[in-house]
Amino acid sequence: MIAPEHLRGMPASPGLADGPIFVLAEMFADERAAGTPEDERAALKGAIAEASTGIADLMGQSGEEGAAILEFQLAMLEDDALAEPAYEMIAAGASALAGWRAAMDAQITGFETADDDYFRARAADLADIRDRVTAILTGSAAQTVPPGSVVAGEDITPSRFLQTDWSRGGAIVLGDGSPSSHVAILARARGVPMVTGIGKADFASHRRALVDGGTGNVVLSPDGEAEARYRERCRIDAAQRHLAEAHLLKPAVLADGERVQVMVNIAAPEDVDAIDIASCDGVGLMRSEFLFHGETALPDEKAQYLAYRKVLEWASGKPVTIRTLDAGGDKPVQGLTVEEANPFLGLRGIRLSLTRPDVFKSQLRALARAAVYGDLKVMLPMVTVPEEIDEAARLLDGCLAELIGEGVPAKRPQLGIMIEVPAVAILPERFARAAFFSIGSNDLSQYVTAAARDSSAVARLNTAGDPAVLHLIAHVAGEAKRLGIPLSLCGDAGSDPVLLPALLSAGLRTLSVAPTALGRVKSAISQIRP
Amino acid sequence: MSVPAQSTKVLMIHEAGLHARPSVKFTKLAKRFGAAIEISAQEEGPWIDAKSIVKVMATRIPKGTMLHIRATGEDAGEAIAALSALVEQDFEDETVEGGA
Repeated sequence: MIAPEHLRGMPASPGLADGPIFVLAEMFADERAAGTPEDERAALKGAIAEASTGIADLMGQSGEEGAAILEFQLAMLEDDALAEPAYEMIAAGASALAGWRAAMDAQITGFETADDDYFRARAADLADIRDRVTAILTGSAAQTVPPGSVVAGEDITPSRFLQTDWSRGGAIVLGDGSPSSHVAILARARGVPMVTGIGKADFASHRRALVDGGTGNVVLSPDGEAEARYRERCRIDAAQRHLAEAHLLKPAVLADGERVQVMVNIAAPEDVDAIDIASCDGVGLMRSEFLFHGETALPDEKAQYLAYRKVLEWASGKPVTIRTLDAGGDKPVQGLTVEEANPFLGLRGIRLSLTRPDVFKSQLRALARAAVYGDLKVMLPMVTVPEEIDEAARLLDGCLAELIGEGVPAKRPQLGIMIEVPAVAILPERFARAAFFSIGSNDLSQYVTAAARDSSAVARLNTAGDPAVLHLIAHVAGEAKRLGIPLSLCGDAGSDPVLLPALLSAGLRTLSVAPTALGRVKSAISQIRP
Repeated sequence: MSVPAQSTKVLMIHEAGLHARPSVKFTKLAKRFGAAIEISAQEEGPWIDAKSIVKVMATRIPKGTMLHIRATGEDAGEAIAALSALVEQDFEDETVEGGA
């Protein structure tokens, strides 16, 4: 019998899981030493040939439009000139993977910086080719995660998370990664237990794991004692869940009876299909990035309009806050964001939108059209100076005038801002022209603590529980009250039972949380006497 | 002794320029000939291999460019006639690829 191994990482998404371990192949790929140049050359040649066959097969199953795109990808792959720089790097000692990625990244950058939209849009095809061959080289192409598995590895990509079937349980345990990563946000939204930053562990020599996403405890090859403790945790968890369910459909109130608004954060219009509108006070944050992750180009106005309208109709008159595109940082968008050495401090959020009025205006037009269908509020991310609000308001008014001129029904939504840049949190009165404030506690914490969200090494520093972050939140709450500006908080701090009392004491009365946290948060609020 | 190159020029009228699908057609047609075929956006070059879609795409030839084609080899004349006809016929009236 294999001895149990107890590990402790950062809790990234609460919940308990007991399942077979599934080791992600990428973990080994990164560590795989390069073979001889001959081996690596053969490996790349083989992977390209396999990818070509895969695309040819796919062409047979695709419609005319899809087949034409694939035909282009196939022609590129079959042209020896594509991998030539990679073969040169391999001859000089690089691994097949390193050579291939460098060659393709250079190609992709070339397309991304083209003057012409048609050529720029092809960057996505090149990225598709790059990833297809990479998947074959790393052996991850054939990997399908069996449902119910505890997925273990160095890190996991958002696309891998989304491809996995979580309907029958399972969990994620990562050697690296961070509770603030986007995969962690997805995991919390789906209710998948997740632990990050566990360090080096030999997952492959174990077959089963117990995971407690709430505490960060993981036991590999559990013995009887570990199992008994796990059962006890499950019992307590079930009791808490029962309490949460009892609160789910009731309005949130503090112990003294004062009402608290609890809204939901959503990432895609389909998310609302699983939420009972009666269980929340509206949408406090709808992210709009999902629309910008298509394979080809940026979404058009109509696709956006339909997505926003769906959520507004579902909300049946309750407020819906939609955040304009928050690309950049750790959320690159093909054909829009730029490569930067310091992306979290770079061209992201409203900064990026204002440099691309063509893209921004199609979003504002879609929002103004959807506003007819409910109580829409539009929120600008990463605002740093008041002029950014003026600029956005000017563009919004322009879009509205255009729409009216075209005879298209439209309405001006309220325009508010995220408070996530310390410059705004320190002097909120400069931003009094905003119709509302919403504290983005995740980014505010990373900027106040100077600890990046995507770094596991500094994840312990990056917490909204830091006294300086809580002090700023309380300051913003006081200023918002004085200025008469509605305030909410839409970061993860709002669903953290440890931080909730401090947030409510600071004066916050509107929180927006992951849909899976609604009952739990309401139950916790009912115990608090601020 | 080298065979003198044959050449011609033809105006790119395709809405998207020598873009993905036109490039696929162009390079596929070029590969049917034994002749060495090169294209350029300027009379003085640089000349690039008309049979390599990677190189043709990298040149990013926009609409309205005067495309120069030159070929050397036995079937050079036919190659040039076929390729310039393809461009002149706007890649068989292919519809423009949308941005989406």
